[in-house]
Amino acid sequence: MLVIALVGLMILSPICHQYMDPYILDLVMLIGINSCLAISLTLINGMAGQFSLGHAGFMAVGAYVSASLTLFTGPTVFAFLQSLGIPPSVCQVLWFPLIIICGGLAAGTVSLLIGIPTLRLRGDYLAIATLGFGEIIRVVIVNMKSVGGPIGLGPIPEYTTFFWVFGTCVIAAFVILRWVNSTRGNSLYAVREDEIAAVSVGINTTFYKVSAFVVGAFFAGAAGCLYAHRLGRIEPDSFAFIRSVEIVTMVVLGGLGSVSGAVLGAIALTLLSELPRQLKDMESLPVVIQNLSEYRMIIYAVLLIILMILRPQGLLGHREFSLKMFRLRKYTREASAK
Amino acid sequence: MSGFIQQLLNGLSVGSIYALIALGYTMVYGVLRLINFAHGDVYMVGAMTGIIVSGQATRFEFIKSLPPSVQPLMLFLIILMSSMLICALLGYLIERFAYRPLRKAPKITLLITAIGVSLLIQYGGQSRLVFGPNPRVFPDIIPSYNLIPSISFSNIDALILGLSLVFMGVLFWIVQKTKLGRAMRAVSENPTVASLMGINVNKVISFTFILGSVLAACAGILVGLKNHQADPLMGMQAGIKAFAAAVLGGIGSIPGAVIGGLIIGISEALVKSIDSAYADAISFIILVIILLVKPSGIMGKHQIEKV
Repeated sequence: MLVIALVGLMILSPICHQYMDPYILDLVMLIGINSCLAISLTLINGMAGQFSLGHAGFMAVGAYVSASLTLFTGPTVFAFLQSLGIPPSVCQVLWFPLIIICGGLAAGTVSLLIGIPTLRLRGDYLAIATLGFGEIIRVVIVNMKSVGGPIGLGPIPEYTTFFWVFGTCVIAAFVILRWVNSTRGNSLYAVREDEIAAVSVGINTTFYKVSAFVVGAFFAGAAGCLYAHRLGRIEPDSFAFIRSVEIVTMVVLGGLGSVSGAVLGAIALTLLSELPRQLKDMESLPVVIQNLSEYRMIIYAVLLIILMILRPQGLLGHREFSLKMFRLRKYTREASAK
Repeated sequence: MSGFIQQLLNGLSVGSIYALIALGYTMVYGVLRLINFAHGDVYMVGAMTGIIVSGQATRFEFIKSLPPSVQPLMLFLIILMSSMLICALLGYLIERFAYRPLRKAPKITLLITAIGVSLLIQYGGQSRLVFGPNPRVFPDIIPSYNLIPSISFSNIDALILGLSLVFMGVLFWIVQKTKLGRAMRAVSENPTVASLMGINVNKVISFTFILGSVLAACAGILVGLKNHQADPLMGMQAGIKAFAAAVLGGIGSIPGAVIGGLIIGISEALVKSIDSAYADAISFIILVIILLVKPSGIMGKHQIEKV
């Protein structure tokens, strides 16, 4: 199924790049990157139940490591490959997946170092510790002169295409779903539901918590790499605390612990934050609606509060989106009609 | 040596501001087991209210008719009182409409709501209808001058230290000696049993929020006087640092919050004198180390989790 999806994307990708409006394509890719982030965070926050507020930090590590690889070692590697007679377009196709993985591995390594000590903490203490680490990563980047410090890094060649974005997403979703639904992966749910009970039936909770953290950070790093190579420029401020909050909001909106919910949340929130920017240019609309983009963060915040009060489990809860959801409802309706 | 004393004094004055904010975190955590993310933004609202009120108050005939020596003091009192009032109201509203409906919800739900409230105040405050997006100048209602020769320690710093001490004393008296304070301590011990003893738990929680917000407002005004400016995003950084202070001192413990605030303030000032780039990170580093080594903090009680 994974292969079919990837082949399908491979066919779809050139078509999209050929015929889609560049703005819409950009928006779709942004949705893809955000989905990837949300999927990776739902593994940590939803499935393993370890509330992390430092996801932007891992994204930053992935983005910076991959961008510096492209900028500092990329030219030499490309020159070498071209001297072997490989055309530049093929070089790019060979190079990009490599640095996506490098970005992911770097983020994964950092998360391993952070995760082993911090995951002993629980609940809000863990949230604060991860927040602290996320900010420390950002401050360290600001003070690193070699990657541009506060000004940022750029221009980065824009390698990110439709295929890479959604390919990463599909792989992330596939890996995570296959893992948590395996016999061993089910232990993750046990850790979420009751850690003490999980320990007492012989589950190595630390191992599962840390591995969920590392896998989640890996895909966040990959998404960071995609982000850097889409925008062409990165700066430390793009990875501040507010970015982590955005990702958390996506996950929470979709339902903690549901991959399809995370994608749904990413789509909804990306549209919510990007579309009001478009409204600004439409002069036929009333002024209040034109200025909606100014208030988008307020809408975000109100949405978050109302959602928590009215539907704390998110749109989908723990469930995955499937056609069965609708069928089930029909049956119950018929049953109640009888 | 005088450089060290200078940094120590700077640290003390910044630290007592952190301590004032940290008290709000620690009290709310005590009664609700919640990290009130919005608390830093209440402090921001305190400072911004101060700017708006002082703009209006200087035009009052009543103020102008006072002798020049009393004028600054009167102005300061008016600003302090009005900002405390606004913040108390804000604190009450936050508790009433965002947190109270979630009393029985899981802790994480409450935490996410708190982040939402914080964002709401931050971005609501940035909109042009409220404070506007840019930093604003805090008027020098009290002319500042240096108290000690060869060391920069102004009368404002002295005011900050003195006033925070007074407020901490008042708070301590409220918590330890009054009936409401005893009720607060009872609720933080065990809300269910407290309500069985006839304590109106919701009322006590509201009161705790009001108390914390008043202290935050005071901190906001004092910081405005010291830094001569305030902006709608100042709450986030200060809030996190104060939270670090609360955790360092042992969250839930009132003397702990004061000690934690002073330690964070002094270490920040000392780091700033060595390498200013890392001054913002030091509180996070302290926070993380404390969480990893002794999550219960300096004065906190260690809690054993039971099944």
